[in-house]
Amino acid sequence: MVERKLRSVDPATIQMIELADRAEVRTAWDRLDAQQPQCGFGRLGICCRNCFMGPCRIDPFGEGAQEGVCGATADVIVARNLLKDVAAGTAAHSDHGREIVRALLLAAKGKSDAYKIRGPVKLRALADEYGISRDGRSDEQIAEELAQLLLGEFGKQEGMLANVARAPEQQQKNWAAADAVPRGIDREVVTAMHLTNMGVDNEAEHILLASARTALADGWGGSMIATDVSDVLFGQPHPLRSRVNLGVLKEDEVNILVHGHEPTLSDVIVAAARDPELLAEAQARGAKGINLAGICCTANEILMRHGIPIAGNFLQQELAVMTGAVDVMLVDVQCVFPAVTEFQKCFHTKVISTSPKAKFVGATHIEFHEEHAMETAKQIIRVAIENYSRRDPSKVNIPAVEQKLVAGFTTEVVHQILGGRYRPSYRPLNDGIQTGRLRGVAGVVGCNNPKFLHDQSHLAMVKELIRNDVLVVQTGCSAIACAKGGLLTPEAAKEHAGRGLWEICRAVGIPPVLHVGSCVDNSRILTACAEMVAEGGIGDSFDKLPVAGAAPEWMSEKAIAIGMYFVASGVFVVIGQPLPVEGSRQVVDLLTRTFEKHFGATWAFQPDPVKAAHLMIDHIDRKRADLGLPPPMYEVPYAPKTVEAVAAAG
Amino acid sequence: MNHLREETTVKRIVADPGKCLACRACELACALAHADSDDLVQAIFAEGAKPRIYIESAGGLTVPLQCRHCEDAPCVRVCPTGALSRPGETGPVLAHQEKCIGCEFCVQACPFGVIRLTPDGKVVIKCDLCIRRQAEGLEPACVAACPVGALALEDVAEGAKKARVKAAADVAAASLAQSLE
Repeated sequence: MVERKLRSVDPATIQMIELADRAEVRTAWDRLDAQQPQCGFGRLGICCRNCFMGPCRIDPFGEGAQEGVCGATADVIVARNLLKDVAAGTAAHSDHGREIVRALLLAAKGKSDAYKIRGPVKLRALADEYGISRDGRSDEQIAEELAQLLLGEFGKQEGMLANVARAPEQQQKNWAAADAVPRGIDREVVTAMHLTNMGVDNEAEHILLASARTALADGWGGSMIATDVSDVLFGQPHPLRSRVNLGVLKEDEVNILVHGHEPTLSDVIVAAARDPELLAEAQARGAKGINLAGICCTANEILMRHGIPIAGNFLQQELAVMTGAVDVMLVDVQCVFPAVTEFQKCFHTKVISTSPKAKFVGATHIEFHEEHAMETAKQIIRVAIENYSRRDPSKVNIPAVEQKLVAGFTTEVVHQILGGRYRPSYRPLNDGIQTGRLRGVAGVVGCNNPKFLHDQSHLAMVKELIRNDVLVVQTGCSAIACAKGGLLTPEAAKEHAGRGLWEICRAVGIPPVLHVGSCVDNSRILTACAEMVAEGGIGDSFDKLPVAGAAPEWMSEKAIAIGMYFVASGVFVVIGQPLPVEGSRQVVDLLTRTFEKHFGATWAFQPDPVKAAHLMIDHIDRKRADLGLPPPMYEVPYAPKTVEAVAAAG
Repeated sequence: MNHLREETTVKRIVADPGKCLACRACELACALAHADSDDLVQAIFAEGAKPRIYIESAGGLTVPLQCRHCEDAPCVRVCPTGALSRPGETGPVLAHQEKCIGCEFCVQACPFGVIRLTPDGKVVIKCDLCIRRQAEGLEPACVAACPVGALALEDVAEGAKKARVKAAADVAAASLAQSLE
């Protein structure tokens, strides 16, 4: 066989890819090979299909057509395409958020067999924040008013999103000046699709500011609401221990994999899987129990609330089925390969689609409706139990690879773990940064992408950050990657963190890398930044904080929306693969330079994860210098640049 | 000496206009294959790399065009400095940039219009049948890039044989249809 490029750094994944090769089963990596070379026009962002005088594309060699039939230049086409991506990402997160709020409404009205208010503390805090009266009212009554208010945010026609008030004053001013204040969640998506329609918005800068507004409706709107209401409905996460990687699948138990994003279903599956009657049914079929594990963000949701182990991240979804030990793979929405159903031909696994929004050719569709959540969950588990009998032991290949992790950190939890139960506060965190024991905080998030060596960029970047005393917070598949690499354990601080970060981890008993949830939970990073600003001493607005964000292996439109709302909120963001904008010098300049003027932050593109980490640290050091904070307390491998070097680097 | 030519393998890039979707993937791949950088953005925007294959439309069809490596090549004949030459009897016509003075005689002489100057106007560039890629066992970049198989590197004699078989089949089908009427 031809010596092929290594595809992953994760031992479980490498083992399964070898198995796939021997069995001649095609995976995402093979399909990527078959797509080579990929379209350069798409990569540069210079094709336009927005009207059918076209399709048009700009000649990147500068000799052929430099404008579409309508006269749109590369700048306009690239900007419009990016806005469409942001709108799609915002739509995905926000539609997820809407479903959670609808489930809260059902719970409040007592119309669900599964949902209850499990986060009453958060419910009351939100009620107070939004001015919902709690006097003499039950949690259900409060929840009903909260749900109605939040549903209203999606269709809001007047004013601005309520959560805009959570942002520091400077961010609100920036947004107002750039006409980027998010008004209604659905409205911003609709307006974005209007702007990109043929012959509407034809100025690249104006289009990009609209993309900031659209993304802000995600970060401070749809995603933030999804996070808040999930905490109210399913309970506020607290730090807990669990395990990760394909080794969490069990040879002698019914294995149910949940894959997708919305906890409305996965959380109920967790409860149903503990049903004694179903357990007895499983045992009657010879299984020792019912084992639940997750892939992607729905996994992160039930990990941080229930300690359910994670089987893997995005690029492991097919490989999980290839273990031959998955009796049911339950999918809802987002990041689910249509290819997973193909594997049913070789393995006994049943793929069950559940969302009214998403069907898959070859999947069994058991549609999930919140009103009958428990009933549906039990029905699905019964399919898995039945299917367990069809498992072919000769095809079972579970890699003996798993790793311990700690997850469940939230904006609220940080108060307690750092400040203690009696004086919950962000003070110790801010103090740590002010003294230089901590250099800053970085959010490393996002997907896997087969164009990048699987997990390698996440691990290399995060290791480089923590060894330089930068505390890392993570969500999504990036968090899963680092969990597999053992970085989400308190012990990792000793092995990988710089001295300052290690001292803090040791004092508080936390890992140097904090798992803060799913991809909608990137909103937790926004609220945590707001807490850092409110606590004071390290900048009175986001753009002054010594913080940075990254998505080294991103692939989804959702990642573009996330990056855009962080940048628009004043947080420097570096991503691995460049955005599909390089066909327009103007758009690249706007995103990587001019946005500083509008939002106090820019995008950067850097495929090398260590170089990207250095860009983040440089940014953090610049912010520290601007604030007059001292250099890092201890010697760090990547030393701060001298003032001259910083100036030279721009 | 024609019998000698019959025995030699002469491979040329053959285009099927019926298949071409005008995506221009071949142009991008060609420019990239002849650039120093292996990154598209670097190659195009920093180096100013240009393609040696051209997509032209005529009569409702899209035709990929590149050097035919003519047997009696006008470009080779008009070149005053010997910058255009052919290694061996059947190899591709190659441009030797160090000898080229940028006079553009070849550009004018080429009946297919597939020779061009570099962006700085100093020397000519043209299809070299990706001899470097071929030496590594790879197909020419445009052929490898075409997502619909509209381009192929084919043995000319074999291609002619295929065309004859197809023509014969058409004639046979027509006469069969006639006899059935």
